[in-house]
Amino acid sequence: MSNGTDSPTSSTSSAYIEAEASPRFRELKRRHRSFVLPVAVLFLVWYFAYVLLADYAHDFMSTPVFGNVNVGLLFGLGQFVTTFGITTWYVWYANRKLDPIADEIRGELEAKEAVR
Amino acid sequence: MTPTTVGEPWINIAIFAAFVAITLVIVIRASRNNKTAADYYAAGRSFTGAQNGTAIAGDYLSAASFLGIAGAIAINGYDGFLYSIGFLVAWLVALLLVAELLRNTGKFTMADVLSFRLKERPVRMVAALSTLVVCFFYLLAQMAGAGGLVALLLGVSDRLGQGIVIAIVGAIMIVYVLVGGMKGTTWVQIVKAALLIIGAGIMTIWVLALFGFNLSDLLGAAQANAPEGKDLLAPGAQYGLTDLTRVDFLSLALALVLGTAGLPHVLMRFYTVPTAKEARKSVVWAIWAIGIFYLFTLVLGYGAGALVGPEAILAAPGGVNSAAPLLAFELGGTVLLGIISAVAFATILAVVAGLTITAATSFAHDIYANVIKKGKVEPNGEVKTARITVVVIGILAIAGGILAQGQNVAFLVALAFAIAASANLPTILYSLFWKRFSTRGALWSMYGGLAAAIILIVFSPVVSGAPVNEATGLSTSMIQGVDFHWFPLNNPGIISIPLGFLLGWLGTITSSRREDPAVAAEMEVRSLTGYGAEGATKH
Repeated sequence: MSNGTDSPTSSTSSAYIEAEASPRFRELKRRHRSFVLPVAVLFLVWYFAYVLLADYAHDFMSTPVFGNVNVGLLFGLGQFVTTFGITTWYVWYANRKLDPIADEIRGELEAKEAVR
Repeated sequence: MTPTTVGEPWINIAIFAAFVAITLVIVIRASRNNKTAADYYAAGRSFTGAQNGTAIAGDYLSAASFLGIAGAIAINGYDGFLYSIGFLVAWLVALLLVAELLRNTGKFTMADVLSFRLKERPVRMVAALSTLVVCFFYLLAQMAGAGGLVALLLGVSDRLGQGIVIAIVGAIMIVYVLVGGMKGTTWVQIVKAALLIIGAGIMTIWVLALFGFNLSDLLGAAQANAPEGKDLLAPGAQYGLTDLTRVDFLSLALALVLGTAGLPHVLMRFYTVPTAKEARKSVVWAIWAIGIFYLFTLVLGYGAGALVGPEAILAAPGGVNSAAPLLAFELGGTVLLGIISAVAFATILAVVAGLTITAATSFAHDIYANVIKKGKVEPNGEVKTARITVVVIGILAIAGGILAQGQNVAFLVALAFAIAASANLPTILYSLFWKRFSTRGALWSMYGGLAAAIILIVFSPVVSGAPVNEATGLSTSMIQGVDFHWFPLNNPGIISIPLGFLLGWLGTITSSRREDPAVAAEMEVRSLTGYGAEGATKH
């Protein structure tokens, strides 16, 4: 055993290479990465923009908006809103665009394993 | 209110004892099916996403989050809020990039994933080492926090008395983990998370009701109590003092947002659910629970500032950490204080239990079974080793906690995050997303990130040479009276995290050894489809 998990005994490594090269797996990988990587960049940029503003633009952040609520507080609460929003968006995307293909490929690999 | 303690210590003790008794029954009932390694380490992978998500929140909302953030907001206003935002946004890294892929490719530990397609023994060794170091820092923070809490809540202010209470907390934790394994630990975390969120929620509504549900009035009242010239509603009260503290804050923000997805005890929780889809649901539950809780702490922090006042908080034995308990006393008298104190104790207990089982699993599964015994272990040998390790780590945690009394809890936790982000996260991301990533890259990144983070901490003002506070005559450093610091920042993240990423890349491109493409294909197919992943144990 050369890796962390037990390999299913009847699967050979060629089955994996074949599966990886299949157009459907490539599509799954493309859909996964084309969502998670840009969104990760997006929320990190937004987070660090906020951190830098809080760190260096005190006057801007303490501009009152209404009552004692200022720009900084609204930006901070905005981070909560975007975090909840991105979470919901990703679950929606994964349920519709990722899970069906992943289940299909896994089902086929399991069927192949049973035949062998 | 006497200056040494608030409320009735016996009520606090009675409520805490009731919590221990109830959870102990749950732990014993849950442990009946603990037979295999998958049962002991991963609770038979039988938890649902909702249960695991609640347990993650229970694991993550440590004493530093609850007492530390509420206190920081009460004293330093907006800057305390910044902490909680970093802690929350960090979960998106775990959700999008790590949780599901990790669940699909690993079995029990972080090292399972990292050594999947790389040279197993060296990679497993360093991954286990870094797991142990992160758990140790985090444990120290929790145990040190327990001491401060005791001072405030039980009226035990001498070091011997506090040491005894730390030892009792440690002993209860050892029993939980020894008997209950991951299943018992998870149930303790679920119960605790529910109590913590409900308790904080009640206090939040209470505070808001006192201000007619007008947030602006609450903020105004907190600001009115602030010392002259300190603006609690704007950023900068804590970190905006000099250019150096600003860079330090940036360093902290980096460590917070990238640390979570590299924390071994968080990663291990993803193995307690049957599928990657449940792992995703866990993170979603955790994000909502943690996010809502941090919104509560915002109200509680400003509420404590408004109703208790910064002077009374700083004069209390627990200092900054006493803001939330004092607010509870102000609102609901001794009974509410007792409940909130018991919840705070339960928090420490649950987090310490989660850390201990993670460290023990990593030692038994990675170092003992796979590196020392090379995978040839007699049945039950691994779990037996894990149980022995639990006792050893428990004793070390008690000793460390007694020695670390009085240290700043939030600092220690931030350091654990910095180490996790520098040593673990680069290799996790590279091995999941970069096919060419090599063994050398992993070793350079992990040893380099780990060493850089630790060395910078040792030579930072956290350990020695911080300015002496004229009022107390003490410096905030761990070691008083000497100064060997040369690194100016309190948090090493801004240097050590990029270094970890850089070394991983450098080690890979200079490496002549190419990793097996078939195993790389296997890892990629498995990570995205969940094929071959171990499901729930059937009993």
